[in-house]
Amino acid sequence: MSDPDDITVRTVQPPRPPQRARCDLTTHLGAIELPNPVLTASGCAAAGRELDRFFDVAELGAVVTKSIMLKARSGRPTPRMAETASGMLNSIGLQGPGIDAFLEHDLPYLRERGARAVVSIAGGSVAEYTELARRLRGAAGVSAIEVNISCPNVSNRGLVFARDPAAAAAVVTAVRRQSAPSVPVFAKLSPDVTDIVSIAHSCVAAGADGLSMINTLLGMALDLDTMRPVLAGVTGGLSGPAIKPVAVRCIWAVHAALPDVPIIGMGGVRSGLDALELVLAGASAVSVGTAIFGDPGAPLRIRHELETALVDRGFARFSDAVGYGHREQT
Amino acid sequence: MAEGPLQVRGEVLATRRVGAYRHLTLVAPGIAARTRPGHFVALAVGGPDTALTLRRAFSIYQVSTQGVFGGTVELIFAVQGAGTAWLAAAASRTPVDVVGPLGKPFALPRDRVSATLVGGGYGSAPLFGLARSLRSRGCRVDVVLGAASADRLFGALEAKRVATTVEVTTDDGSAGTRGWVTDVLPAVMERAGTEVVYACGPMGMLRSISEVAAAAGVPAQCAVEESMACGIGVCMTCVLPVVGEDGLTRMVRSCVEGPVFLGDRVRWDALGTVPADAVGAPPMSDPDE
Repeated sequence: MSDPDDITVRTVQPPRPPQRARCDLTTHLGAIELPNPVLTASGCAAAGRELDRFFDVAELGAVVTKSIMLKARSGRPTPRMAETASGMLNSIGLQGPGIDAFLEHDLPYLRERGARAVVSIAGGSVAEYTELARRLRGAAGVSAIEVNISCPNVSNRGLVFARDPAAAAAVVTAVRRQSAPSVPVFAKLSPDVTDIVSIAHSCVAAGADGLSMINTLLGMALDLDTMRPVLAGVTGGLSGPAIKPVAVRCIWAVHAALPDVPIIGMGGVRSGLDALELVLAGASAVSVGTAIFGDPGAPLRIRHELETALVDRGFARFSDAVGYGHREQT
Repeated sequence: MAEGPLQVRGEVLATRRVGAYRHLTLVAPGIAARTRPGHFVALAVGGPDTALTLRRAFSIYQVSTQGVFGGTVELIFAVQGAGTAWLAAAASRTPVDVVGPLGKPFALPRDRVSATLVGGGYGSAPLFGLARSLRSRGCRVDVVLGAASADRLFGALEAKRVATTVEVTTDDGSAGTRGWVTDVLPAVMERAGTEVVYACGPMGMLRSISEVAAAAGVPAQCAVEESMACGIGVCMTCVLPVVGEDGLTRMVRSCVEGPVFLGDRVRWDALGTVPADAVGAPPMSDPDE
């Protein structure tokens, strides 16, 4: 056990760590270049301020913000969370301060910290997404926009945009049209669809520069003492290591169909090896989400672990590993 | 004094039973020196490759910055599920990732006032360090402890060492007065000339204590218990409706804005709901997401 009161001068130098090979972690997401491919996942890092107490958020490829809506929103009643085997259910209801407060406080904060911001936006209608993109245009410090389309469409009986190719495309078209050409627009896809590849095609045809996948899966848990649903919202989004195989499958299928479209992968990543798996399936960047709740230092740790895993496998450049799992067997 | 939380690799020093509860001492370098009464820590449980994904939050009973261990943190908890069962069974030297100190601690009075401290079950744990801080400032300290039964009281003997008077209540009458803390609290406050109440325990108890304090025109600082996934302010699960200085109700995070709140600011009647007048409350029913 180390003793901080032990101030004995060490006469023996500790062995120097061997000169370790490094890997170029640079990645490209459409028009933007990031110094490394590890990001936070939307809704798991607020706007970076809380995590910055544990590590320098500018060390990450980018901070993906919690989804921003037009107006302040109180979210759902509690309980909002249920731990499940290797995962959790959440039903937060997109609580947030709204775009005005975000532009006034959060975005400038990330910019001052030198962190790159991928701004996640969410709305209940195409008009709301349009207005959000318009407000972000010209705001300093927006590296990219991630469009959270796993929201109910109020003008179509609450059908989630992400489950309807035409509705998803309408949102993407509107956001793309409103946004600066230099700012890539990523559509965040839901795995709760019959054919994620067809939704991916629709979004790309509508102008998406890239795709983020996967959002949470809809799930539910019952309390066996009260014999009632655990969550006040009854159903919630399942995340955590339990969903990683679903993420790998979705990324694999979409990368196979659309190999030139950059993918931000997320879903159950809690180690560098998990991140590598998503990369081999086709992700050009990896977002760390639920793992942050169990380990606030997870994003930076995973960045280091991913680099080690790449070096161990002989990759000099991260970009060479993207989609490497798809190569022909020799 | 250094501020803000640390994430450190700690380890279990010792665990022992205290009545129905466990008393865990963790070696957690650096955390003790930053801790003030009312702070909490969040522990990773289950060891590597665990299926338990979320942090467990515990209020801090006491800390020691002295000794050969580089600072220890002591917690009192009840075994309630797989995470706390793992913690209770963890052998000495088991590594435990510790994040803390977290949250806003109890506010200490500038003047020498009469303070009454009320704890329910093992919720009383953070009150003893608080009592010592108050005494060192020359405050009078009276303690009221309540629990369902005698084995679920925590710290009755220790309370006698730090307090001018101690009252104990149990639901079943197995120790002290049969009944609730709020049955005896008005008389204690009368006798002690209470100028501030500090409370920690179940939500229902905190609500009743806030009402008693409000009736006496005395502020109540209540440390709340809400279930949390992260403890650091990012997951948004531990929210409760609290009235701000502008008079508006917001759903605030108990982990960063709390866990200590003024009792008259918490919308106790609306816990588990989003009041219709809360900032950003849905106009009517909220569609499924």
